[in-house]
Amino acid sequence: MDLDALASCFASPACLVTQTTSGLIIGMLLFLVAVGLTLIFGVLKVVNFSHGAFYMFGAYFAMTAYQLTGSFALAMLCGAVGTAILGLIFERAFMSRVYGADVLMQLLVCYAFVLIFDDVVRMIWGPEFKSMGMPAAFQVPPLFIAGGVVPPYYLLLIGVALAAAVVLGLGLARTKIGKVIRAAAHNPGMVSALGINTGLIYGGVFALGGLLAGLAGALAAPVRSLTPGMGFSVLIESFIVTVIGGMGSILGALIGALLIGLIRSFGSLGFPLYTEGLMYLFMVIVLVARPTGLFGKEAA
Amino acid sequence: MESTRKPGVSRRATLALMGAGAATLAAPWVASAQAKTIKIGMPTILSGRVAQLGTSSRNAVLLEVEKVNAAGGLAGRQIEMVIRDSKGQPQEAARIARELVNTDGCEMLLDGEASSGSFAVHEVARDLGVLCIHTCSEASSLTADPKQHIPNAFRCVRQGIHDSIVGASYAASIAKAKGLKKWATCSPDYAYGRDTTGEFVLYLKKFAPDVEVISESWPKLFQPDYTDVITKILQAKPQALYSCLWGGDLTSYIDQANIYAMFTQMEVFAVNMADYTALTVVKNLPKGIHSGDRYIKTFPPTPENAAWGDAYKAKYSEYPTNWSWQNATAVMFLNEAVKKANSTDGKKVAEALTGLTIKCPFGADGTVTMRADDHTLVGYAIGWGTTIPKEPYVLDMKAGDWKTIFELEAEWKKSKGYT
Repeated sequence: MDLDALASCFASPACLVTQTTSGLIIGMLLFLVAVGLTLIFGVLKVVNFSHGAFYMFGAYFAMTAYQLTGSFALAMLCGAVGTAILGLIFERAFMSRVYGADVLMQLLVCYAFVLIFDDVVRMIWGPEFKSMGMPAAFQVPPLFIAGGVVPPYYLLLIGVALAAAVVLGLGLARTKIGKVIRAAAHNPGMVSALGINTGLIYGGVFALGGLLAGLAGALAAPVRSLTPGMGFSVLIESFIVTVIGGMGSILGALIGALLIGLIRSFGSLGFPLYTEGLMYLFMVIVLVARPTGLFGKEAA
Repeated sequence: MESTRKPGVSRRATLALMGAGAATLAAPWVASAQAKTIKIGMPTILSGRVAQLGTSSRNAVLLEVEKVNAAGGLAGRQIEMVIRDSKGQPQEAARIARELVNTDGCEMLLDGEASSGSFAVHEVARDLGVLCIHTCSEASSLTADPKQHIPNAFRCVRQGIHDSIVGASYAASIAKAKGLKKWATCSPDYAYGRDTTGEFVLYLKKFAPDVEVISESWPKLFQPDYTDVITKILQAKPQALYSCLWGGDLTSYIDQANIYAMFTQMEVFAVNMADYTALTVVKNLPKGIHSGDRYIKTFPPTPENAAWGDAYKAKYSEYPTNWSWQNATAVMFLNEAVKKANSTDGKKVAEALTGLTIKCPFGADGTVTMRADDHTLVGYAIGWGTTIPKEPYVLDMKAGDWKTIFELEAEWKKSKGYT
């Protein structure tokens, strides 16, 4: 434990800026994965254990597109859209068959696909780790804000993730499609009776989840090494985020992800040996105080 | 059903054949020693996160076995490798090792396991008495600890303690020249990371007593994001950083530290950087990272080493790894030991291996030795240099001094109670 380091960081604006942005970066990437997870759970009541694979595919798609075209924007687009299509196919071909089945069956199907997807990546891209490399436009010295270090690429990353959060939040709250999705989450039978194709909605939600996780993978690809199985570690932290924020709550996912990000960045200063433990400890405290998570609703 | 006696095989010839068969049955060792191929078993990691290293071990072994077989085999017997995937799990490695000997009839083992699995295979070798050469485990205690010593097991691998001594001696010379007193460390949080870093710091302080470690970070193995660790190190403002991160973790770390311009703010010593698995993957490799050699074809700077690296690349379309040269060396040792013993009998080969010095492209002076007292590899090329972003990737390699290594290793063994 190094509380002196933590205290001196809080007294220094430079340290505060650096650590806060560091927390935001970790948090916003986590948010993009966790929000898809929570959305799918909210609407379909399925815990998509294979969600980490979407993050992995997003990264690999982006890397391949970047190698082929040299365009960073196209790489991001391919990562997100390619994974959305994959999500749609996955839902229509496999997940839609186990909606009525019990939770264990759903978990088994998802876990089977964790292994299958990892092997698919291994077959296509090989077992060794890969690196996409930072696009030349972002190979610039970091910015210094109030003495704190902030890499320009991370500003972009935070901006894109925030924009995704805002569009998603407004889209669900204000648009007709958003209302239908929320209605389907609440009472799918009634939505279906009104002549709305719920299958399409379910597929669309999976695709949206895939798109967001794929975007996270694509944004992470320039700074993280790509390996088969890379989705798993992100998935565990995403589960922590959704449990803290409340399963099914988008705002919860955002707040949960940011809290985890900040706990990690400041925790590594004050509690360098227990940073991982701090996240779990925080989750336990939240669960004891509010078993449904910070923004979760009581089961009807 | 009718049968007709085929012309051409006479009664006399048939009797002669039966006689020969009976003689063979009566003396089975003649058949096994002369007629049969010799099977060598090899458990290694062919799937999962470190599959690349296991595959490169298999490739190197097959490359060398091909040469030995082309030259007539081991004492006239062609080698047949039986290579199985342990998935990196120690209990699986032990099970496979036992099966290779008991069921497949392997007469020798090449143990291509990482440290955790190698101790499990070592116990199998102890139990079965089969000749076993460890080819990947760098854990010093595997051969340094006398409790581990058995006459039939050898280690043909670089060693953590050797790396720490050479690395610290090199780092201390840079530290003294550039006045680097404040150091930070950032290594993976498991036995290898903790031990290697501990030993490096111990010797660094011995060679440069005014060095002080002001920040330590222990990210967990295979952690995807190092931002919190990187910003923590930047806050501490050290003059130099030591890391034994490796593989994908190291490349992630470099990519992430690069955008914080970390490499312009401090000298970085990353022992595992100079390995092609990392060098060829990192897209924006910073100039001037100090690294130990794992395998590069320019160190030792000999035509033999370069030719070996090129031959491997020509066959497998990628460069060899640190595990490759160690496995290749193990096959070279076996070949020479069998020649010396003029037998493939495990006990005789083990006796021949003990203290054996052979010519080798990876030797510091063109030879390597299987040290007699602890059955471990010494005299291999070991050094440190600095990186550049393109081939040959590492420049100005400074070779470690084996005399110093031997002296300090002996002290270290004493301090551990091994001697």
